[in-house]
Amino acid sequence: MSGIIVLQGKKVVGGIAEGEALVTSEYISGWGGIEPTTGMIIDLRHELAGKSIAGKVLVYQGAKGSSGWSGAFHQARTNGFAPAAMIFNEMSTKIALGSVVTRCPAVTGLDQDPTKVIQTGDWVKVDGDKGIVETTKK
Amino acid sequence: MKLTNSEKAMLEGQEGEAVQKAMEMLVRYGEALGAEKFIDTTNVGGYMIANLEQYKRFNSFDGAFSEMCMDSDVTVKLPPVKVSSCQFETSMDPEYYKLAGKSDEEYELYKSNIDYLANLGIQVMCTCTPYQVGNVPVKGEHCAWMESSAVVYINSVLGARTNCEGRESTTSAMLTGKIPYWGLHITENRYGTHLIHVDEQPITMEDWGLLGYYVGKTVLDKIPVLDGIKKTPTRDMLKHFGAAAASAGGIELYHIPGITSDANTVEEAFGGRTPIEELNYGVNEKLNAYNLLNSIGDNENVDFIMLGCPHYSIEQVWDLCKKLEGKHVKEGVSFWVFTPQSIKDLANRNGFQKTIEDFGGLLMKDCCPAIGRFKPRGSSVMATDSAKQGHYLPNITGIEAWYGSVDDCVEAAVTGKWGGKFN
Repeated sequence: MSGIIVLQGKKVVGGIAEGEALVTSEYISGWGGIEPTTGMIIDLRHELAGKSIAGKVLVYQGAKGSSGWSGAFHQARTNGFAPAAMIFNEMSTKIALGSVVTRCPAVTGLDQDPTKVIQTGDWVKVDGDKGIVETTKK
Repeated sequence: MKLTNSEKAMLEGQEGEAVQKAMEMLVRYGEALGAEKFIDTTNVGGYMIANLEQYKRFNSFDGAFSEMCMDSDVTVKLPPVKVSSCQFETSMDPEYYKLAGKSDEEYELYKSNIDYLANLGIQVMCTCTPYQVGNVPVKGEHCAWMESSAVVYINSVLGARTNCEGRESTTSAMLTGKIPYWGLHITENRYGTHLIHVDEQPITMEDWGLLGYYVGKTVLDKIPVLDGIKKTPTRDMLKHFGAAAASAGGIELYHIPGITSDANTVEEAFGGRTPIEELNYGVNEKLNAYNLLNSIGDNENVDFIMLGCPHYSIEQVWDLCKKLEGKHVKEGVSFWVFTPQSIKDLANRNGFQKTIEDFGGLLMKDCCPAIGRFKPRGSSVMATDSAKQGHYLPNITGIEAWYGSVDDCVEAAVTGKWGGKFN
């Protein structure tokens, strides 16, 4: 029987969204890491290479690489390939700015490591304003 | 966020709609970070180049940059910048746009884009290395820069203070002179976190690239302190090291006590705190970095040599030219070297450009393949002396990449074969 796991964190960007989780314990590159015209992860050295972020609740460690991080996620949004929400552990300027311009709910500082609690394929609801993440295991 | 009266006035629109939108963007960003206030900046580096698709979608440069560089839903007319600002490397060399597969329409747009920026007072340096062409921030100067390789260089080598900013925050900073006071602007956050004992001494440029790639991969976005460096590196070695570390991970600041700006001793670099982790860099770690960088592809028939990421200094151009004399690039191989325009002018004056062209290569300015999303037509295997370009270009263009020394790259240009070995 699958229950709902509730994690409490803090708001980065407000709003409510839900979707299927795409989870990695690794950092994600924006520019040169995701392709803004398709939403695909193109970082060949990444464990999620070939997966799409579009419409997913992206659960990951943090942002790495180029300063074009926000620009890549921003373009993904204007092209219709933005993730539904973002949940991450490591705050940075790249990830904060990227979350703001992706205009999706974003939460960090959760009371348990979301990359361990949530698995790819779980259904996740994110309340950005309250910092609450509800996970229904697949 | 706590705003000053003048910041509130900007947010209320007293300096016009564009400044208002810029301030709105910065407040949203600052609040997402959890920043308490803004800091004044007088040195901003950003990226405001529109591609054809964006220009057509938003109908004007103002339209494209309102959305892509300020996250504004409405188009505002951008006024001249308020503080000293520069443009980083761009999408093409206007002289060689056809070789990069760009259309005449894209070229015309690029020229208009550069004019647009110049009219706003933005210095069109068009390089990832403004610090090589006159923009050398002083220690403690609060900057708002993009370009991860430049951010790590000015923070670490020069002791300037900047976070790794993005398109939207830098354009907004150009119009307001403000950036969130967060992260590396604050002394408290600039101390080292990880201590790396460097047993395998980096001697060559290639060594420094591998050390950087290892550090980035290992420490990710934290602050490494390198202990045990016996020989003071050149500016170019540190440029190369930082670019690799920022690409493999997200290093924005490192310390080499006694060499880089913030600290003279390991104790000073950690601000009296205990390192989170201590690591050793030996020959195995170096080999792992080399293998990881060279893990994409296996075709040894090279048809593209890319040098100059980050953009070459005049010293690197000179050093390269000494290796080219009496040799010629193999037919079918493209040999492209990238540098800022002002260094290209100097290279021309020194006869270096001619040496490169006599070899069968080209000296290019303004851009790089990764940013411009291009490669020579039909090319499928690249050799490069840049850990950064070797990391990114396969992701972006699907090209295979070999990483090695400048000598390895020149040899590959002459023979068309990759013969680089770990050493």
